[in-house]
Amino acid sequence: MANRAERLSRILLSLPPGLYLLLLFAVPSLMMLFASFRFSGEYGGLAPWYYIEDGQFTLDLTLENWQRLFESDIYLGLLLKSLAYALATTLICVIMAYPLALMIARSKKRHRDLLLLLVILPFWSNFLVRIYAWMIIFSPQGVLTAALNVVTSSLGLEPITLMFSGTAVITCLVYVHLPFMILPLYANLEKHDHRLLDAAQDLGANRFQCFWLITWPLSLPGIYAGAVLVFIPSLGIFAIPDLLGGTNGIMIGNVIKQQFVESRDWPFGSVLSLVLTAITLVLVLLAAKLGSPAGENNGKK
Amino acid sequence: MQTATEAPQAVLEIIDVSRRFGDFVALDKVSLNIQAGEFFTLLGPSGCGKTTLLRLIAGFDQVDEGEILLDGKPLTALNPEQRPIHTVFQSYALFPHMTVAENIAFPLRMTKIAKPVIDLMVREILEDVRLPDKAKHYPDELSGGQKQRIAIARALVNRPRLLLLDEPLSALDAKLREQMQIELINLQKEIGITFVYVTHDQGEALALSHRIAVMNKGEISQIDEPSVLYSCPDNRFVADFIGQCNLLDATVVSVAEKQLRIAIAGLGELDVCANPEIDFAVGDTCALTLRPEKIRLAAQLDITDDEVLFSGKVHDMLYLGDVTVYIIELANGVLIEAMLANDAPGRTRLFDTGDAVQIAWHTDAGHLVA
Repeated sequence: MANRAERLSRILLSLPPGLYLLLLFAVPSLMMLFASFRFSGEYGGLAPWYYIEDGQFTLDLTLENWQRLFESDIYLGLLLKSLAYALATTLICVIMAYPLALMIARSKKRHRDLLLLLVILPFWSNFLVRIYAWMIIFSPQGVLTAALNVVTSSLGLEPITLMFSGTAVITCLVYVHLPFMILPLYANLEKHDHRLLDAAQDLGANRFQCFWLITWPLSLPGIYAGAVLVFIPSLGIFAIPDLLGGTNGIMIGNVIKQQFVESRDWPFGSVLSLVLTAITLVLVLLAAKLGSPAGENNGKK
Repeated sequence: MQTATEAPQAVLEIIDVSRRFGDFVALDKVSLNIQAGEFFTLLGPSGCGKTTLLRLIAGFDQVDEGEILLDGKPLTALNPEQRPIHTVFQSYALFPHMTVAENIAFPLRMTKIAKPVIDLMVREILEDVRLPDKAKHYPDELSGGQKQRIAIARALVNRPRLLLLDEPLSALDAKLREQMQIELINLQKEIGITFVYVTHDQGEALALSHRIAVMNKGEISQIDEPSVLYSCPDNRFVADFIGQCNLLDATVVSVAEKQLRIAIAGLGELDVCANPEIDFAVGDTCALTLRPEKIRLAAQLDITDDEVLFSGKVHDMLYLGDVTVYIIELANGVLIEAMLANDAPGRTRLFDTGDAVQIAWHTDAGHLVA
């Protein structure tokens, strides 16, 4: 009896998230998959997927959209470039977030809340406003560019521009996503048992060995969690490259948006979206496997 | 327990060590020597400074005054990782992301020992703690007792000069604790490494140690072998802290060569054997320490010349299975704790609360402290 009640409650509990995923992820994905085999309509949107001629029912579907993906290397190249940008963003976030998260986790308890508040403070202003702020910083007339160019000209080098470049895009991606790396990493590091470090030191490990052999491996689940939160949004983002990237800093997200909005080619937009979704799914599954609570050892239990 | 062998030089010398935290004096001019191969215990209630002393020896904390010498050389300048001293932590502190073998190999990897030698040493120590088949398991998969043994193996594997054990058995249940105590004694005997054991459990200290330092409020109350500590405590604190004890305040009435006559409030005058350590004069206040098991108890007692007899009634009783503890109320409301072994065949007949009984003890049974 208890077993049945338990099973029932489990089903009921998983119903809302299940429905959510079904209606807002699975169904739209299937609709996109279907759309990727259809022709685009004359004025955008989708053409009918069948026609009836002389009472004869004929499917009007095509593989053209998928073929187009592989016809030129532009799209795959852009996908690779976007992956590289997202990867760079993630790595820079890890490098920047780790010392900060460690510092917060090891600071006095009463200071931690304030420090965490400072980390999430940027969220209090609008996302687009913050990107516009970077546009001002990066603009050729901006203080940063001007200051850098004083240095370059004194060294006899060509003046540099920061705006509309991959550097600008990655800088802003890091800026926007850094808190998403700091928070899970902090949550992980904060739970570490400091006595493990005492034990390691007691057994002959110096400070570097203590970090590298104890703290670092134990913090990997936090890094994986943060990496997912940084990498996936970075991969599909279009607002930042739109505003800061120019033609050099374009990413796959821009092209997808372009297909749906400017080119009105929904079928090909669906193809690109599906490829991006598939890559993302694979990476999430990988991270979930790596980031399971105590790493690999829990799997054997 | 056995007597510690006299070694010419102490492994560890603690000389006038003090440690203060703000206004709180954790250790006040503590001095003690620990001999090679000794199983030495620091015993005391929480807050007595025993853990502070352990942390000073391990190097996690620095002395304010005094010196700690290992083999005659000062330890002060060495960080914990540079000291040939390992600690077994109360929480075991096994590394959760490493297998048992990797945990044990950890201190060896910190030195320049070749990998095959490490593997061999790990296998050997796993045999010593009788867990050879657990090498590939993770700490999460072990029971409390197994974790404990792995923690000890890890701390012993590269043969430290000194092994510090910080209440290592406190997380185990009573049965397992007793078993681990026996294993610890045997392991220490086999490996021959000096153990410094910290506990607040006096039973554990008596069972394990060659010598015990009883600590109280940052000072050492007494250092002695367990049997001396138990039967001849130096002061009221030791008498009270180690085992059960009746503490009777008294005044010295007359002094003879080997015997004193003392007056106990409510009980009147009685004879006790003198304490050779302390010269009492007439009029001095003192306390008679009397172990419950040294008191005879029956409904009617015949006594010898060397015994003193009191009548009273049972005030409370605690049936513990192997023994029964009786609190006896004597004249004028004086309470005395006595213990009777339930060694008669069959189900033991017990006294009930309120029963009239007589108690007696030998003049030699009590031990006089200042």
